[in-house]
Amino acid sequence: MPSLLNNKRPPVFCPGCTHKRITQALDQAFQNMGLRGDQIVIVSDIGCSGLFDTFFHTHALHGLHGRALTYATGIKLARPELTVVVTMGDGGIGIGGAHFLSACRRNIDLTLLVLNNFNFGMTGGQYSATTPPDAETGSGFLNKLERPLDIAEVACSAGATYVTRCSSFRKDLAEEIERAIRHKGFSVLDIWGMCTGRYTKKNNLNPQIISERLASLPPIEGIVEANMRKEYGAHYRGLAGAQKPISPPEKVDKNFNPPQLGRQDVILLGNAGQRVISAGDLLCYAGLAAGMRVTQKNEYNITVLTGPSISEVILSPEQIGFTGITRPSVVVALGQEGVERRADLFDSLDDRTLLIQIKGVEVPANRANVHHIDFKGQGIKRQDWALASLAVLAKFNRVINLEMLQAAIEIKFRGSIRASALKFIDQVNV
Amino acid sequence: MGYCLMEGNEAIAWGAVAAGCRFYAGYPITPATTIFNTMLKLLPPLGGICIQGEDEIASIGSCLGASMAGLKVMTATSGPGLSLYSEHISFAIGSEIPIVIVDVQRLGPSTGSATRGADGDIQFMRWGNSGGQPVIVLAPIDVKDCFYLTIQAFNLAEEFRCPVFIASNKEIGMTKESLDLDAIPKPEIIDRKVSPEGAPFLPFGIGLGHMVPDFLPFGEKTLVRQTSSTHGADGYITTNPDEIALTQERLKRKLESAVDQFSFYESYMANKAEDLIITYGVNARAALDVFKELQNKKHPVSLLILKTLWPVPENLIKEKARDAERIIVLEMNVGQYVREIERVLPDKRVHFFGYMNGKLITPAQIREVISNA
Repeated sequence: MPSLLNNKRPPVFCPGCTHKRITQALDQAFQNMGLRGDQIVIVSDIGCSGLFDTFFHTHALHGLHGRALTYATGIKLARPELTVVVTMGDGGIGIGGAHFLSACRRNIDLTLLVLNNFNFGMTGGQYSATTPPDAETGSGFLNKLERPLDIAEVACSAGATYVTRCSSFRKDLAEEIERAIRHKGFSVLDIWGMCTGRYTKKNNLNPQIISERLASLPPIEGIVEANMRKEYGAHYRGLAGAQKPISPPEKVDKNFNPPQLGRQDVILLGNAGQRVISAGDLLCYAGLAAGMRVTQKNEYNITVLTGPSISEVILSPEQIGFTGITRPSVVVALGQEGVERRADLFDSLDDRTLLIQIKGVEVPANRANVHHIDFKGQGIKRQDWALASLAVLAKFNRVINLEMLQAAIEIKFRGSIRASALKFIDQVNV
Repeated sequence: MGYCLMEGNEAIAWGAVAAGCRFYAGYPITPATTIFNTMLKLLPPLGGICIQGEDEIASIGSCLGASMAGLKVMTATSGPGLSLYSEHISFAIGSEIPIVIVDVQRLGPSTGSATRGADGDIQFMRWGNSGGQPVIVLAPIDVKDCFYLTIQAFNLAEEFRCPVFIASNKEIGMTKESLDLDAIPKPEIIDRKVSPEGAPFLPFGIGLGHMVPDFLPFGEKTLVRQTSSTHGADGYITTNPDEIALTQERLKRKLESAVDQFSFYESYMANKAEDLIITYGVNARAALDVFKELQNKKHPVSLLILKTLWPVPENLIKEKARDAERIIVLEMNVGQYVREIERVLPDKRVHFFGYMNGKLITPAQIREVISNA
């Protein structure tokens, strides 16, 4: 296969920069694999490694610093047949650390070439995530304070399935790149090199020193057996293919007439764990079964099973505008925390509001029409009080009737839960 | 006929799929999470892809990659995540990558309140990018709009190759509502214009009389370049000031000159009304209640509900405001879009009412504003 290098845009690197060797090795790898340019996407981001996309006759995407792996992930999932090669610098690994870790953990079939030259070349030789503490950099003394990141070691511990740490002077670099590309999974090559424009001006680094430093570290080369597993994309498609399609929520036909003609605003004030939101849902379905428009707004804390749980439901024969409730038809005081969250509501209630107050729940002073009820005395568990209060409303023919509530239960629940809910509402005493 | 029960976030997901969305990436955040939940149920059985990014930057980044590979893409978040989207919003604007971005707004600043609504990101969506080039922002008022405007958002993203925002709000996204899906008009689905086969292709080449470059995805025979750098028609960096200026002018004009085509709104004009309420989002619902209440009274009000917020539909606003003596702008923030109204209507008396405490503006408050303003 011919070279994929873009002869209209020959590589322009500082004299002696090892990026040039890697450019040539990558081209050689493409040739050895017999790949055409249209089968490849090169994804790069910021820094001198971000020049790579312009040197090749391939598809190419150049983006923001450290984000190359994010674009590459989207491309590879959308077009799994493409060979996606990502070039990043040591700077990109630093700023894009979360993406690097995630790509390793996903084991998505991308090849990442880290052009590791121990500093930010483009902006003046500042220290990067891999700069040794004893180096002289454009960041004064700051690199002395931080421990350099071992990219290959991190890749292994994060789950990459192919990891090699090597010198850009390595003789079989093209073959190693080819092996990495051929590997079905996430491959990381941590390729050590020299930034002659910045780093080696102040720091003693040459091919020999790179080799010695690499030799002083435990070798990391090729497939990481302990991490071997399915490739993310193929695995994804396998699991996704087994998912069953879902239908849009079912329409509820009007089968009943509501007990009152006008708009009904209901507020359920309870505690987390009392199934208040589910009761609000049921109330909505009861409304739909009577051909009414409904809205439901819920309020709860981000924490679960503690704090208030409030559901505000509006049933109306007409289109509902404002979804807040300022003048409720019904307030149900199910739990102290819900009541306290809406304590300011009670002052404005008058006798047009039915307040169902469950024994054991205290409410602020009010002028509502209060109905006291002792659910505990009926042996009803706290988590069923919300549903029980709907049964009370239905039996009073207030807002809903029994047929509407039964229809709602039949829509929401199946099997034994449905049967026990129907039996339960039947047994609630008002 | 009957209704189903759906929350705004679910309706956005259903709308997205109806529009042809086949890639979604998002990071969990209240009050936007149920969009992700629904997409995760909808997309995989369709052969689409739904992933959870390691953060918001990755989520929108993978969307941009998938969009360049030819898929229709969407991501959704709330204010704190929108902050992290910023660099990739700029990328999508400057490099003309179609994407739909949903912002289910919550009470800010910063992490603010996860379960309280607001419209605090209205200027942020427009200006939260480097370079300041325009975007499209659509604002639903209810669950029905969430479905309909999401389809329109995809169509606009495809037609204009730009990010299109849905400016939702916790009070819409997480409010369940009765909905007749079949009764919602289904807009014709628009796909991005593909470069004709065999024709010479430049990734950012603009045909005579066109404002938007033709598209080819990664992976076809013709090589495609995409770059976040300042580029010429060939997708390589350019330093030519004339070429740069032409592109910048085009990025601005392609949206601003076309806004009359996609100025979504509802208007309720009362006879001889002195006041015109202008609002958007969930406030529109309380305002509509007030319009209905006052329409046969001595002092009726007119109402303009804007559903296209950016680019500012200036012609629409001027036309609807022509006969009004006073403009009342309602917002669930401390005054953002009112700046645009003041700019567009320099000769009108513009009165602002809004606040940001997690509570909805009520019809009673609006009536009071009308009497006392």
